[in-house]
Amino acid sequence: MFYGVELESRLMLGTAQYPSPAVLQQAIQASGTEVITVSLRREGQGGAGFRDLIAASGCRILPNTAGCHTAAEAVTTAQMAREVFQTNWIKLEVIGHADTLQPDPFALVEAARVLCADGFEVFPYTTEDLILGEKLVEAGCQVLMPWGAPIGSGQGLRNIDGLRAMRAHFPDIPLVVDAGIGAPSQAAQAMELGYDAVLLNTAVAKALDPVAMAAAFGQAVRAGQMAAQAGLMPRRDMAAASTPIFGMADFSASEGM
Amino acid sequence: MICTVLGAGVAGLCAATVLAERGAEVRVIDPGLAQPASMLAGGMIAPFCEGESAPDLVVQIGQTAADWWQDRIGPITRRGTLVIAPSRDQVELDRFARATSGHVWSRPAELEPALEGRFARGLFFGAEAHMDPRAALRLLRTRADGLGVTFATDGDEVGQVIDCRGWAARDHLPDLRAVRGEMLLVDAPDVTLSRTLRLLHPRFPCYIVPRGEGRYMIGATMVESADSGPVTARAVMELLSAAYTVHPAFAEARVIEVSAGLRPAFADNIPVLRQLDGRFYLNGMYRHGFLMAPHLAEQLADTLMGGLQNAG
Repeated sequence: MFYGVELESRLMLGTAQYPSPAVLQQAIQASGTEVITVSLRREGQGGAGFRDLIAASGCRILPNTAGCHTAAEAVTTAQMAREVFQTNWIKLEVIGHADTLQPDPFALVEAARVLCADGFEVFPYTTEDLILGEKLVEAGCQVLMPWGAPIGSGQGLRNIDGLRAMRAHFPDIPLVVDAGIGAPSQAAQAMELGYDAVLLNTAVAKALDPVAMAAAFGQAVRAGQMAAQAGLMPRRDMAAASTPIFGMADFSASEGM
Repeated sequence: MICTVLGAGVAGLCAATVLAERGAEVRVIDPGLAQPASMLAGGMIAPFCEGESAPDLVVQIGQTAADWWQDRIGPITRRGTLVIAPSRDQVELDRFARATSGHVWSRPAELEPALEGRFARGLFFGAEAHMDPRAALRLLRTRADGLGVTFATDGDEVGQVIDCRGWAARDHLPDLRAVRGEMLLVDAPDVTLSRTLRLLHPRFPCYIVPRGEGRYMIGATMVESADSGPVTARAVMELLSAAYTVHPAFAEARVIEVSAGLRPAFADNIPVLRQLDGRFYLNGMYRHGFLMAPHLAEQLADTLMGGLQNAG
């Protein structure tokens, strides 16, 4: 449940960088996604034409604060987003560095506190740091969105153990891997780790065929989710032979006798 | 046949010219209140590069545009396009190569000696061309004049109406949207580049088009917005830092113009000729005005007067 909303598809899709709004629309349909993120910082009030087009997709809109570098900027953008999209949902992104696009954890917590108190339902784009996650939950966030890797890098899950630890540490908080996903296999992997959803943009938008890639991601996320529910077998260090070895001759022991 | 063309941007001028060439009596009405978006264009005839994001249709039709312009306004610059990327964004170049055709890998400094030591490899699109859009529109207008086309700021819409008003036609075309673009014109006599350069970057791609005599057009942002207000500081910073990445001497350039305009676009970003309630609409030029307007103008003339021309 994401702030009380049950989602059938666990793929969330960004709407930037597509060849055209028409291709974006087809990609949304092919992916089966129910949630799309939209930026507002740069487009401002003048972006109504594009917003009307994506609203026609029927998806739930998760406005984002992409492009904001301070808590104050993010709060202002969130307030504008609430007005424009008529939703309390906000993907909170406070960028610490324009080049690495790494989140600024301090400004993030500060902005989350202000927005949660103001009735927003905040989806914070964060790192896999557990204490930072706790501070965000304390601030009122009921969803956490750790990065897989830096935005647009396509590196996948760069710190799998960290993400696994986060899942274990926050068993009851919906967790979404946001950013860094480059391939459907990586999205499936996030779901297999027990994550509740995956959010991505560039991997689909910049594919040579965005519509086909959107479908591939939709299926991968579904497969990963099913696998997690079905119960993955535990990893072992050795082969688990299906024939019993009890009573077999121990050649290494008999050698040299 | 009598035609009234609304709008004197690239779409309107192409339509008026082709109709007049085929014997129509053409009047162009443009109130001249707003500068046509095409005045801010790069003026690139780059069908193969556009194929990175545009569908095959644009790539195919766009290949006929350079000859069309040259036949009407005289020589255009046919030196191709060179596409480069900063060393840490080389994957962008590989992706661009996969997404396009009509290119060869090349050493940038062999094509543009000013880039010596700066970029190890680039993609060269040899069949592409560019022109100064303002000079091109002026020359096309002169040609239309010579063919008997008249120009007015207002008047009655007589005969067949062809609406080429770009973003201003949104009252008749509700699915039209605006994509804001911002550009700079700089005077950089220390930089010597002879062809269009595209710098790939995951966030701030840009192109630099030589305008002659040390002037360069640097463009252009793509913002999903209908705000036609002044250029933002962010746009200037992004475009200039991209230019600086191409050549540090751009830091000494004099900025002689900063402009923002609105590209009219339909949902698929493909320019199109539409017929609606007895009018024709040539619109949705997006980034492809100079590339696609000639073809659409010919298509319009075929639809309106194909029979006439065949009979003649």
